[in-house]
Amino acid sequence: MKSTYDMLVIGGGPGGAYAAKTAAEKGLSVLMVEKRPAPGVPVRCAEGVGKELLREFMKPDERWVAAEIERAHLIAPDGFRMELNPEKAGAEVGYVLHRKVFDRELVWQAAAAGADIMVKTRACSPVMENGVVKGALLEYNGTVTEVKADLTIAADGVESKFSRWCGVNTTVPLREMETCAQYLMTGIDIDPHATEFFTGNDVAPGGYVWIFPKGEKTANVGIGIGGDRGGKPGIRPKDYLDRFVQKHFPNGKTIELIAGGVSICRPLESTVADGLMIVGDAARVSDPITGGGIYAALYTGKTAADVGADAVAKGDVSKKNLMKYDETWRASYLGKALDRNYQIKEVFVKLNDDDLNAIIHSVAKMNMSEFNTLNLVKNIITANPKVALKLGKAGLKSLIDSF
Amino acid sequence: MIIVRRDICAYCGCCISVCPEGALELIDAYLDVDANTCITCGICVRACPLGALEVKK
Repeated sequence: MKSTYDMLVIGGGPGGAYAAKTAAEKGLSVLMVEKRPAPGVPVRCAEGVGKELLREFMKPDERWVAAEIERAHLIAPDGFRMELNPEKAGAEVGYVLHRKVFDRELVWQAAAAGADIMVKTRACSPVMENGVVKGALLEYNGTVTEVKADLTIAADGVESKFSRWCGVNTTVPLREMETCAQYLMTGIDIDPHATEFFTGNDVAPGGYVWIFPKGEKTANVGIGIGGDRGGKPGIRPKDYLDRFVQKHFPNGKTIELIAGGVSICRPLESTVADGLMIVGDAARVSDPITGGGIYAALYTGKTAADVGADAVAKGDVSKKNLMKYDETWRASYLGKALDRNYQIKEVFVKLNDDDLNAIIHSVAKMNMSEFNTLNLVKNIITANPKVALKLGKAGLKSLIDSF
Repeated sequence: MIIVRRDICAYCGCCISVCPEGALELIDAYLDVDANTCITCGICVRACPLGALEVKK
C-alpha cells in the first residue's frame, strides 16, 4: 500500500471491484479496500441477475453461474400460478450466481488490472480538505493509516457509512428498507430452471418470497418484507420464512442462513460530491420492485470509473465536473428502469390480497404478444373496476407514465 | 440504549441505514452501537430480520 493514489475505492463488492478494475485499466493508480477478510462472504443476496444485463460486463462462466433461468412463476395470494416466459412477455431471463465465486472473480480482475487490494481494512473516516474528500483513514491490523486520493469512490453497500461521514444524507426510510432472510436449501423438489415469486400479505407483507434455483434440488429460498411490517416476535422475515419452508419444503435441508437489507427507496438525490462518487447499493440504486442490485452496481461502478478517470486526468474532481456520472446513469436504461419501477412499487404496496388476486388473474388471461402498459391498464379497468377505483387516477396514470 | 444479541445477529447490516442518527456501524463481522449518538428510537429494532436488537431503557 502506498500513501497516495489517484483513486481510492471503499468496498470490494461488484460495484467497487468493477470501478477499481475499470480505473486501473485506464492507467490510474487504484487502491480498493474491503472491510471483510474475504470479498463475497457472507453472501447477502438472492444472487439473481438478468442474462443480457450481466453479459454487458462479463462472459458467463460455469465457475460462478449456478443456474440458468428460463421462466418465472408469479404466485397470487390465493395460490393461482401465472407463468412468465420470455416468448410470451418479453420478461427477462437470467442467471443465479454463486456470489462467493463471482465477487472473488471481480476482485481478482481488479488486481490483475493493476489495482492494489487490501482486505480486512476499514475506512474509518474521510480525509476532508476545505469540504473536498481527499482520501480516508484506513484501519488495518490495529493501526490507522492515512491514504490520500484525488478521487474516492464509496461502494460500501447497503450499510454505507462513508458518504454519510462526508455529509451526504443516506438514511433509508424504514418502510423503504426491505428486511430479508434466506436459506440456501437442498433436497427440495423444484424446477431447476424457473424462479418463483410468492405474493400476499400472509406470505410476505410488503414484499415477496422467492425461490431461486442453484442447481438440481437446491435453491435460495428467501423473503423480503417491508421494514415497517415486521419488528415483533412472530412477524419478522425469519418467522415468515420458517412458516413458508414448513409448508412447502418440510423435508428440505437448510445449509446456509443469510440475512440482509435491500433499499427500495429513490436513489440518492446526488451520487457525487467534491472528490467523491457513490455507486451500487450505497447510492440506493437497487431495483424497487425486485430488489436486484448486481447489474446496477456493475453499471454505476464502471460509469463512475469512466467519468472519474477523465476528471483525475483533467485535475478537476469538483462535484460539478463529476456530475456527468450522475447524469449519465440517470439517463441510462438503469436510471429509467429505477424511476419506472419505483412508481409501480408505490402503487403495488397499497394493494390488498383481493386486489393482487384480481390483477394477477386478469393479467394471466391477456394475450402476452399484445402486452403493454396501456393494455394492462385497460385490462385492469374492465376486468377489475374496483381495483381500478382503488388505484385511482393517480395510480393508473403513474402506471401508464412509467412505461 | 440498544442491546445487540450477538447469538442472533448475522451482521447483515440491514439496521444501519435506517438509523436516523448514524449510530450504528458494521465493523467487519460485528455491529457497533455508538451509545453517545443513539437516541433509542427503536427503528433499527423493527428493521432487524432476525430479532437481534432490543431497546433497553
